[in-house]
Amino acid sequence: MTGTMQMRSLWSVLIAVPSLFASIALLQMRIDAETRSIAPQKDDLLLRSPAAIQKMSFGYDSLLADIYWTRAVQYYGARFNTKGATYELLWPLLDITTTLDPKMIVAYRFGAIFLSEKGTAGAGRPDLAIELVKRGIAANPDEWHLDYDLGFLYYWRIKDYESAAKSFLAASKKPNGPQWLAVTAARVAQKGGSLETSRIIWSEIYESNKDPKIRERALETLQGLKAAQDEMGLDQIAAEYQKRFGRFPASVAELRSAGLLNGVPVDPLGYPYVFGPDGKAALNPDSAVVIPQDLNSLPAPSH
Amino acid sequence: MSTAPMPVAVNTFREAVRDRVLYNLVFFALLMIGAAILVGQISIGIDRLVIINLGLSAISVFGLVMAIFIGVGLVSKEIEKRTLYSLLAQPVRRWEFLVGKYAGLVLTLVVNTSFMTLGLAAALFYVGRPFVRSDALILVAVYFILLELALVTAIALFFSCFSTPMLSTLFTLGIYVTGIFASDIREFGDLTKSPGLKALTRVIYYLVPNFHNFNAIAAASHGEAIPLVLVAQNTLYAALYITLLLVAASAVFSRRNLK
Amino acid sequence: MSTPAIEILGLTKDYPAGFWRKTMRRSLDHLSLQVEDGEVFGFLGPNGAGKTTTLKLMTGLIFPTAGTARVRGRSIDDVAMHREIGFLPEQPYFYDYLTARELLDYYGHFGTLSKTARHERVTQLLERVGLASAADVQLRKYSKGMLQRTGIAQAILHDPKVVFLDEPMSGLDPVGRREVRDIILELKKEGKTVFFSTHILSDAEMLCDRVAVLAGGKLQGVGAPGEIMSVEVHAMDILFELPPGGTLPASLAGRVTPIGGRCRMEVPEAELYASLEQLRRCEARILSVSPVRPTLEDYFLRMVGKQQTASRGVEVAVR
Repeated sequence: MTGTMQMRSLWSVLIAVPSLFASIALLQMRIDAETRSIAPQKDDLLLRSPAAIQKMSFGYDSLLADIYWTRAVQYYGARFNTKGATYELLWPLLDITTTLDPKMIVAYRFGAIFLSEKGTAGAGRPDLAIELVKRGIAANPDEWHLDYDLGFLYYWRIKDYESAAKSFLAASKKPNGPQWLAVTAARVAQKGGSLETSRIIWSEIYESNKDPKIRERALETLQGLKAAQDEMGLDQIAAEYQKRFGRFPASVAELRSAGLLNGVPVDPLGYPYVFGPDGKAALNPDSAVVIPQDLNSLPAPSH
Repeated sequence: MSTAPMPVAVNTFREAVRDRVLYNLVFFALLMIGAAILVGQISIGIDRLVIINLGLSAISVFGLVMAIFIGVGLVSKEIEKRTLYSLLAQPVRRWEFLVGKYAGLVLTLVVNTSFMTLGLAAALFYVGRPFVRSDALILVAVYFILLELALVTAIALFFSCFSTPMLSTLFTLGIYVTGIFASDIREFGDLTKSPGLKALTRVIYYLVPNFHNFNAIAAASHGEAIPLVLVAQNTLYAALYITLLLVAASAVFSRRNLK
Repeated sequence: MSTPAIEILGLTKDYPAGFWRKTMRRSLDHLSLQVEDGEVFGFLGPNGAGKTTTLKLMTGLIFPTAGTARVRGRSIDDVAMHREIGFLPEQPYFYDYLTARELLDYYGHFGTLSKTARHERVTQLLERVGLASAADVQLRKYSKGMLQRTGIAQAILHDPKVVFLDEPMSGLDPVGRREVRDIILELKKEGKTVFFSTHILSDAEMLCDRVAVLAGGKLQGVGAPGEIMSVEVHAMDILFELPPGGTLPASLAGRVTPIGGRCRMEVPEAELYASLEQLRRCEARILSVSPVRPTLEDYFLRMVGKQQTASRGVEVAVR
């Protein structure tokens, strides 16, 4: 090649390579769009037996565990709050992960929350969650968080307050177990469920977990609990109003003009509360706060 | 249109056919497909599923082994053995030589994959199910596997132009694995808080050949249709990337001083 | 003036050397020479002189650091040039899974012949180099001589006007060497230009119209073999036989080397007739008297010796 021919071919390569990369990137975006528009394919977990997988792992157990854990997280993330989502594979994935690496605490904690969660946010299987966490406790006897999670499950999902109290107490006794947990355990044993206790329990979940999805869930629940508590407070004031004026208030403004309330009470997301036709306090229709269902509604301690 | 790559391709194919290693690989692939029949008996109702899954996976894996094993030596072996000396003195351009070597190996892979697919068809037949219309999906899956192999071969050829077989194998495998997990890497980056990491994983995603695009094995085993648009897009993707690699390989090889 | 068959202008090749590949080692230093059409040109030099480097530069296997070269008017950059040349590499390696016929047919595809013409040509060539009987045996089973002949066949396959041969005689037995020499002379008769490198000087003397001597990457001299050698005659070599029972005159005894039943003696030119007279007196039978001419080898060694002291003993093989 002569000098000019060399320069020409050098230039053509310098132009061709980046433009090819650019078109490839653009094409990839189209492919991704196309694959996404196809309904998510049935996920396959051909091998569900943890024992079999362990045998085939050639000693790379923890690596495989990491891979399965990543899959579990992605599996959940892809389906989170999607309409009609089911989480059939979440249990097998977590089962395999924890069999391959029994010390993977995050997996147990994740399963505790999302295996038991109902609706479009979880698998709705508290029984499996309990089984998973119990296994975790057996493999990690010094990890108080797992006993805590077990207590949470009994308290929040099953409403078995006796077992919950037992687990909380056990947690408080383990290395680094917090003292206040023993107090909570006693309260739960005595009084069962309450809004205040629920808030304490969910706060601990928020504080002690690093997984963003768990924290998100905890935050939402806490907001709902706060709202429930606020509503109860408002209902009490409304009852006063009713005593005085013979009917329930139609709005918060009426309470204000009656001098029973200062300022505008807002929910944790900043939306003002309203009163429903039944005279009970309710969330603003624009608000995204969700009050957890079938709460134990013992009166909150008065301010 | 240059015809010089043709004889190079034919000769490369001839070399592969006379190499006994290939026969062993095809034999093992067929063995695996046979084993799939046994595995399928474990559960009622999923024998077909298992055969297709394992069979296609076997075809993919063995095809990959062949593509890398031969691909990394395509150029480096000829330089090592000095067979290139007399060849390049002929009136043939270096890029024509590269394209011919590439085409010859791809042809070999197509032939071998066809044999293995026939074996898979035989296994399905043996299990007693008559062929259903959705079995055409298996052919689509095989086509995707071929696209994948063609792309891997191009990568191996590229490295073969300037690196030793061992290093080329490592690089090619590295890129392949990265390409398989490319979407996972990107999701990982999206999950983290650091914008730097997010940007980096995104760049990696678009730079690396996304081999996960070509995985139609699950779809084939479940009898789920693959839209034609996707087939066209994947074909174009492979074609663009292969062109890129061949251009780069030619650029590198055209200025290489043979020892 | 017609275009020279080969024109080399300032051809230079540097290789990165050293552990960090920072220093450059010059294996060819501004080589310039011309080869005319129809010449048989010998390229001489010790191992590592840069002969193979030159040939690889001419055939496009490596690229020059500086300088240019043309073959029959076409630059070595131009791939079309390859239609005009044939190349026999040193110790040729071919695809060992092919037969000679298959190899020649493969390379033949890069030419312009039709299928039938190509088949014919291949058969012809195999006959010419004496491989007709082994044509369909895989190359991995070939002896060295057979491989060399295959190499020559592929070098002249496209009927090139210029043929480059790298050490064509190396590793061959006398019969093989004779055959190669004959082929080179045949090629010359066909009007081709032959450029071959060798370190066997007698071959060069016998075949070449002109030679160039390369040492340490530099051209040491170009010219006809006769020109290169000095024609100074310093001594005479006498071969003779003593009669049975005869003895040597005492004055000569020290200078005689017995060889078999004969004797050889070297005398300064000035003393030639006096020595002959002495031998006549003892009735020795004179077999031959010939001048001791410095050969190409002496020139060679002298040049190389000079070069070696100049380059501080850096004699590394290029390959």
